Amino acid sequence: MPRRPGRPRLAVWKFASCDGCQLSLLDCEDELLAVAERLEIAYFGEASRRMLPGPYDLSLVEGSITTPADALRIRRVRRLSRRLVTIGACATAGGIQALRNFADAAEFAAYVYPHPQYVKTLATSTPIAAHVPVDFELRGCPIDKGQLLEVIKAFLVGRKPSIPNHSVCIDCKARGTVCVMVARGAPCLGPVTHAGCGAICPSYDRGCYGCFGPVAGANTAAIVREFSKLGMAPRDIGRVFRTFNAAAEAFRKEADAHGH
Amino acid sequence: MATRTIRVDYIARVEGESALDLHIRDGKVDAAHLAIFEPPRFFEALLRGRGFREVLDIVARICGICPIAYQMSGVHAIEQVLGVAVEPPIRALRRLLYCGEWIESHALHIVMLHAPDFLGYPDAITMAREHGAAVERGLALKKAGNALLRLLGGREIHPVNVRVGGFYRAPARAELAALVDTLKAAQDQAIATLRWAAGFEFPECRRDYEFVALRHAQDYPMNEGRIVSTAGLDIAAADYETEFLERQVPHSTALHSALKRRGAYLVGPLARYALNRDRLPAEVQALADEVGLEPVCCNPYRSILVRAVEVVYACGEALRLIVDYEPPSRPFVPVAPRAGTGHACSEAPRGILYHRYRLDAEGTILDARHVPPTAQNQGVIEADLRQTAAARLDLDEDELKAACEQSIRNHDPCISCAAHFLTLRVHRG
Repeated sequence: MPRRPGRPRLAVWKFASCDGCQLSLLDCEDELLAVAERLEIAYFGEASRRMLPGPYDLSLVEGSITTPADALRIRRVRRLSRRLVTIGACATAGGIQALRNFADAAEFAAYVYPHPQYVKTLATSTPIAAHVPVDFELRGCPIDKGQLLEVIKAFLVGRKPSIPNHSVCIDCKARGTVCVMVARGAPCLGPVTHAGCGAICPSYDRGCYGCFGPVAGANTAAIVREFSKLGMAPRDIGRVFRTFNAAAEAFRKEADAHGH
Repeated sequence: MATRTIRVDYIARVEGESALDLHIRDGKVDAAHLAIFEPPRFFEALLRGRGFREVLDIVARICGICPIAYQMSGVHAIEQVLGVAVEPPIRALRRLLYCGEWIESHALHIVMLHAPDFLGYPDAITMAREHGAAVERGLALKKAGNALLRLLGGREIHPVNVRVGGFYRAPARAELAALVDTLKAAQDQAIATLRWAAGFEFPECRRDYEFVALRHAQDYPMNEGRIVSTAGLDIAAADYETEFLERQVPHSTALHSALKRRGAYLVGPLARYALNRDRLPAEVQALADEVGLEPVCCNPYRSILVRAVEVVYACGEALRLIVDYEPPSRPFVPVAPRAGTGHACSEAPRGILYHRYRLDAEGTILDARHVPPTAQNQGVIEADLRQTAAARLDLDEDELKAACEQSIRNHDPCISCAAHFLTLRVHRG
């Protein structure tokens, strides 16, 4: 796609989601006006009624694909975007709404709506990468705004974003937090969860609940053995993997193995 | 027969996805629909079978803008089932957390989403070229609200610290004291924002709303109170479903709420203020008087002033809570599962948020029901649209669309919440 002269053009898109990840950009209170000087905000429905036509140099995509119309719309967004970065657990793993993948989506619709026939929805919630090529995936439920700024900065200078891909455990140690699982017996997904949040939960005296999804090479079998030793029932073990990244492969397999 | 159709396919500067359809026939508005195409995520369905301890992390994800509202309505409904009574410091910390969300959400709406309508800009970033100080002040205010959320919740969006029975970790006095200077500055920024917004030109408009809000014996309502209305309703949260119903319309993935006996009603800042102005401290009431805000404001355009008054209040209330804070003897009280049904309502920034849960003896969720503020306001939003359009049919299409969008933004709809909840299409000829 040919580059247009002038500032690079940014677009922000929403699919099935809570708006939290795109709100992270507006939550950059100290940096937002500077970002808007470096990038032309060409399409960002939550922030502006000026909606310029594509093409766009950078598209940030929030949310998962859950409707037939959105499955088509993401293809159009891809065609209009030179670089496409997915932001957050919905866009990178299907989000909490992917729990329908393991249930009867029609029954879900009938439970919530008196007339489910008005609601056009797919049986599954799937990540953006299941539909179109994605240039970079930024994890988290929600994403970390510092990491979002890093992705935008890296894009502006044409380098790869510097986003660590170790586990939450490493960040927790670096932060000097006492291990909640070792010291207090609190089940913690930190060893198998992708870093990025800053290891918040253990610093609030609770175990990590995996909102950044599985780290590459996650040894979920080992963490499950530890959870069993702590006295967790198999059903409860299954459920800890069935949350915001339930459809991510490593978490999906472990939950399946526990009959959830 | 002359018909004209006007459509706005995507309503900007609201949270979530919606469109607007106007059908105009023979110079009259035939229908005004707020079409919500936000894809449904089926939270109430997916909560079934989860443990009660999992609910608060899950319901936060309904809305990135008001996760605290979901956690607060949720925690109080579940604690009602389990018979949990929290210590006064826990109650104070929950109120402080809510102050953070009100400040953050209202500052976002006042400065980033709503003000550009009055000053004629497509967005706050463009507005900042000529109103840089006001935008920067608004962002600083928003940041102060987020600082509260970050300290008490661990992070601004989807905070991690609220649990059934209390908090995972209660802050030390010194941690809260570190926010005093930020909040004092925020209080001044909020007052300046209120005076700035009071200088906007407001369209003449007087709507005959039935206002619905919580009312508490002493406090301006956040977490506690009875559901009251300007037409004399006065019920406990447990009786919500006796008085209100939700129905589905074909053009929306949000359910519409109505008072069974009287139909459409309005929740949110206008309603809270109309029903609870006497619960505001004298100095906050004096500021409202100074900027000419009437005690009961029926002009939805002026809701921006009520939001600003509430931000001033929330900054002061946060400071009071911090000064008075004594850490709880323990961050949470132990809880044991038991079967039953719990109901709770709390005041989200956009209005009352009702939750109901039914649990079995092991604490597993059997049934869940959420009624978000925007679903409750949808009837009023459409009625406002009809009136706005009817008075402006001579405008050209772009001007009419802009006027309709502003009419919607007056109510700060949160579509992500309500879908289970906007595009402007105007049909005319």
